[in-house]
Amino acid sequence: MTTATETKKTATPQVMDKWRRRGLQAFLALTALIWLVPLLWAIYTSLRPYSETAERGYVSIGGAYNFDNYTQAWTDTEMLGYFVNTMWITIPSVILILFLASMAAFALSRFSFRFNLLLLMIFTAGNLLPQQVIITPLYRMFLLLPLPDILSPSGVFYDSYFGIITIHVAFQMGFATFVLSNYMKALPGDLNEAAFVDGASVWRQYWNIILPLTRPPLAALAVLMFTWIYNDFFWALVLMVTGADRPITSALQNLNGAFFTNNNLVAAGSLLAAIPTLIVFAVLQRQFVAGLTLGSTKG
Amino acid sequence: MSTTIEAPSRPKRKKRFTLLTKRDLWVLAFMLGLPALIHVFFVWVPALLSILLSFARWDGIGGVEAIQWIGTQNYEQIATIYPPFWPAVAHNLIWLGFFICIATPFGMFLAVQLDKELKGSKFYQNALYVPVVLSLALVGFIWQLIYSPDEGLINNLFNAEVDWLGNPSINLWMILIAASWRHVGYIMILYLAGLKSVDPALKEAASIDGANSRQTFFYVVFPVLKPINIVILVITIIESLRAFDIVYVTNKGTNGLELLSVAVTNNIIGEASRIGFGSSLAVILLIVSLGIIIPYLWRTFRADEVAA
Repeated sequence: MTTATETKKTATPQVMDKWRRRGLQAFLALTALIWLVPLLWAIYTSLRPYSETAERGYVSIGGAYNFDNYTQAWTDTEMLGYFVNTMWITIPSVILILFLASMAAFALSRFSFRFNLLLLMIFTAGNLLPQQVIITPLYRMFLLLPLPDILSPSGVFYDSYFGIITIHVAFQMGFATFVLSNYMKALPGDLNEAAFVDGASVWRQYWNIILPLTRPPLAALAVLMFTWIYNDFFWALVLMVTGADRPITSALQNLNGAFFTNNNLVAAGSLLAAIPTLIVFAVLQRQFVAGLTLGSTKG
Repeated sequence: MSTTIEAPSRPKRKKRFTLLTKRDLWVLAFMLGLPALIHVFFVWVPALLSILLSFARWDGIGGVEAIQWIGTQNYEQIATIYPPFWPAVAHNLIWLGFFICIATPFGMFLAVQLDKELKGSKFYQNALYVPVVLSLALVGFIWQLIYSPDEGLINNLFNAEVDWLGNPSINLWMILIAASWRHVGYIMILYLAGLKSVDPALKEAASIDGANSRQTFFYVVFPVLKPINIVILVITIIESLRAFDIVYVTNKGTNGLELLSVAVTNNIIGEASRIGFGSSLAVILLIVSLGIIIPYLWRTFRADEVAA
């Protein structure tokens, strides 16, 4: 590791003797192992054909190992379709959230309005509400609000991607605005002033000056929002009725019905659905963690 | 709108609006107005409508004209003759208690241990953090493989015949363990980030003064991290109120797994669409949530004001 962590290391271990340190290490290793068991168990189960586990029992070694459960889960549940649905919802949502939240954050953090603080509080509070608090009237609103046929085959917000995207954007925007405005507040004020003297319009200050400097939190939020929206179960469950149009996480519900007595298939199906977020874990971990912690450490 | 914008009264270092052109003002109004409109219309309007509709009887058929105003009757029914209500309240409280007393402190404890950066810390950290990227619905499925009576890991391993998720006297606890699998990692990440932000000189000074690591944590680090402690408390409470997905995929929130969130949902997507009744349940959730959210925001943003 780097020298910075080296110097930090010396601060604590002096107090810790060798045995306590080993004890702690053993404890952490054991905890980590226990934490991995559910996933490892799912992987192990998913690799074994049902006939093998039926014969030898689930807790056993040996017999065939293959990917048959994966191919069967993939085709039986028509998973590809659900993945495509998910992307139709997730990608536009993330882009819109970042766009709208960065505009709001720019206006709130770089200019002073009388109602700055109130608006920021409304944004933040809205994001903290449990979804069920607003679902009943929202469900009715979705049934009543008309949409052109191009945007919604049902003619209303209900049961349309446009509707689901709208609620994701409206709901998650609060968090993104909160995080981005904190970040933008910390950027030097002279930036605006210099641009202003040069005659740059407000829009150019936002688009050409502030937004490029906000890339790190935007990347972090993009990853975080992708994961959250991908993982959404509730909105699509309630606000979409056409089963085949639902995104993958809400469609998981079908998994139980389809493979009621076959845990091997449930395991394979679950892991397939987890792949995109596991990729986030493996590849975009830095951004994901940064996104999570930006909200809490305010920096 | 323009009247309020043109009169900057606060003595802040921020831009004066008098210098802005009319076009710039319109652009700003759009940049703030559009997001605010979307957010308020789809989040706060329904929240307020929940309150209004909680005093009504409406099955959604026959349009808005069919709404009957019935006073507090919904609330009376909820408290007296709606069977899932009190179990749901009890389960939400147990959920909250379990998270506050066990899952959250355990996550914080692990963060403190991982912050010591022993060998392998990175690996331990990763192992704890994997579940955080998974949805709670998926967590429910993955744990079914462990709990299921005939094919599950536990019963096969110990030759037991317990119906872990079917027995209403234990299933809530089993679900809480599964939910904690994710929650602990979440808290660990948040707290670890906080710990990393503490000036190492503080800890060093404490250890020179003869404090052991426990004393250093409780008397030096923990008080310094007060803002993060509050964030973590708020997240823990909100997550407990939001709990839904994992019980819904397990058994649709019945038979020992009733929760307020499920009760609300069942009144709209169930067979009987009882909008007024569902709204009253939502209002109860709303009041509890705002009871936590408002003091938290008040504190956070007030501190900002003072600092600015």
